[in-house]
Amino acid sequence: MILNVKKKNFIRLFVSYLIVFFMVVVIIYPLIWTVGASFNPGNSLISTSIIPKNPTLDHYKELFAGKESLQYGQWYLNSLKISIFTMIGTVISVSFTAYAFSRFRFKGRKNGLVLFLLLQMIPQFSALIALFVFAQMLGLMNSHWLLIFLYIGGLIPMNTYLMKGYLDAIPVSLDESARIDGASNTRIFLQILMPLSRPMIAVIAMNGFTNPLGDFVLSSVILRDPESYTLPIGLYNLVNDVMGASYTTFAAGAILISIPVAVIFVMLQKHFVSGLTAGGTKG
Amino acid sequence: MQHRTRALILSIIPGFGQFYNKQWVKGLVYLVLTASFFIVFKDLLNMGLWGIVTLGTEVPRDNSIFLLAEGILAVIVTVMGLFIYYLNLKDAYKNGRLRDEGKLPNTLRDQYRNLVEQGYPYVVAGPSLFILIFAVVFPILFSIALAFTNYDLYHSPPAKLIDWVGLDTFANIFTVDIWRSTFFDVLAWTVVWTLCASTLQVSLGIFLAVVVNQKDLRFKKFIRTVLVLPWAVPGFVTILVFAGLFNDSFGAINNDILAFFGIDPVPWLTDANWSRLALIMMQGWLGFPFVFLVTTGVLQSIPEELYEAATIDGASIFAKFKNITFPMILIAMAPIIITQFTFNFNNFNIIYLFNGGGPAMPGTTAGGTDILVSWIYKLTMQSSQYSLAAALTILLSIFVIAIALWQFRKTNSFKEE
Repeated sequence: MILNVKKKNFIRLFVSYLIVFFMVVVIIYPLIWTVGASFNPGNSLISTSIIPKNPTLDHYKELFAGKESLQYGQWYLNSLKISIFTMIGTVISVSFTAYAFSRFRFKGRKNGLVLFLLLQMIPQFSALIALFVFAQMLGLMNSHWLLIFLYIGGLIPMNTYLMKGYLDAIPVSLDESARIDGASNTRIFLQILMPLSRPMIAVIAMNGFTNPLGDFVLSSVILRDPESYTLPIGLYNLVNDVMGASYTTFAAGAILISIPVAVIFVMLQKHFVSGLTAGGTKG
Repeated sequence: MQHRTRALILSIIPGFGQFYNKQWVKGLVYLVLTASFFIVFKDLLNMGLWGIVTLGTEVPRDNSIFLLAEGILAVIVTVMGLFIYYLNLKDAYKNGRLRDEGKLPNTLRDQYRNLVEQGYPYVVAGPSLFILIFAVVFPILFSIALAFTNYDLYHSPPAKLIDWVGLDTFANIFTVDIWRSTFFDVLAWTVVWTLCASTLQVSLGIFLAVVVNQKDLRFKKFIRTVLVLPWAVPGFVTILVFAGLFNDSFGAINNDILAFFGIDPVPWLTDANWSRLALIMMQGWLGFPFVFLVTTGVLQSIPEELYEAATIDGASIFAKFKNITFPMILIAMAPIIITQFTFNFNNFNIIYLFNGGGPAMPGTTAGGTDILVSWIYKLTMQSSQYSLAAALTILLSIFVIAIALWQFRKTNSFKEE
């Protein structure tokens, strides 16, 4: 009997490790392969091996060589700029709006919530045609600020809902006692509610940062000049212009953006998850 | 006649009802607001409302697209104006009734205090609303309007005018053979894609979370970090990497892995069905870590006593999973699981970045793996079929909203409001 249990346990653990090992390989392989490709000499991948025989830094140097069609440093800065400003704008507008919806009962509140709910469901994609036509006609092509404005607008509805759900869960008695002490609305928000909703603010900041960083649709509609590209468009064109011909250079560029982002994500994952589950279950 | 009726009738000209109620300052504000509204927006209203009806009558004087844009702005402005007008009527009526009941209307100071107190939420939420109206609502309205025009490559300002054609474009989607077959092909694949990819990533995430969460499994921290990596690396990078890995001629999957097992190269990018398989596997790879993370959080919050009690009752591992773990996960994660589905329904990036929705299919504008959103993107950007794209967008939005509303009714999370 005891032997049987032991045997069962052993099999269970063994199978578990086997599954985990398989998954680890499946996950690591493409990542390592990319790293290998970025150090591989030459442009094509036909002779690529995971551990290159003559590793080279040429592809990394090429990224910053300042070619007209390959302005990697500029793309990197563009992406950072757009992501950071979108993040700041989103956090500010979302948190104040959510505060208004969560703590005040004002005329139009319910209609506002319905509007937000509806807009949250309609993908921003639906505006694509309008944006394409407009940007072309109004000469707003290549404008980063237009893009930031659009990203913030697209992020407001859903994130306001997340934030409102989180604020709703914070007892109103906290506000009331502060109000008795004479604190103004804005002070109550900034000094009491904001610090308490830090996990949710982390989630919103993450959404604000990663949404523009990963966006291809809107940015490809508006950004046409290689100098104004963001990383997704730049790298996509790099891969697709001459498929395969500059894949190793792409790999180098991919590594340089992935490592910092991945490190931040892995370090902060706990915060993101706690905020998301809290917001998610609240609806 | 009662005060309220008289005040209401007088305030047909904004402000006069307030004057009648002896609220001079408020009346003046309404009057000035109305006057300036008409002075500032006179041209826009005049031009825009004419433009949105006719969409221009003469080339090259009129540009239909600009007229349409002005028209929509004019409609937005008109709606805002009507709203203020409504407030004006309501205010005059309310204060008139107060007078009928023998009470005094609010004094100026009271009004001011009211405004400051009640105005706060409007002030802090106002900027967001402004951004929303111009960055989201206006473009969406514009797209909707385009669906009812004949705007395409051949009817394209400034050389040509465009016209309202009513529901023709929608009718065409369902009656013109090539459009109908393309539409239903794309829709069918979109649904299959959404169901397969989302189910794969959700079940893989939950399964792995349960496996890794076993008490006697070691190296948990390392395993979890590795499993989270696909979520941490920017998605567009991974998709492009996979596009290289799956490449028919030089990709490592054909050349290294399949060759190692002695399997012939598979046309991942050029055969529609293989592309679809590759896409679903990739989305599983990309999407499971998030579900894994959240599930792990849920698992750790399930009280240990439940399992101990079950063990005493002699429940097997599977019984425990089926009766304790799985229900707990489902309850806590229902909203997150559903967002995975809606996300994949609109998952443009993976489809387009992998092989541009390809391979190209003869006789249609949609590629073999195009889902609705990527097809719309192509129609807009590559073949300039704007009105068709707009009509499809509306159909897609209706579909998404219907599902979302159904979900909201089921989860009841909106009933609290």
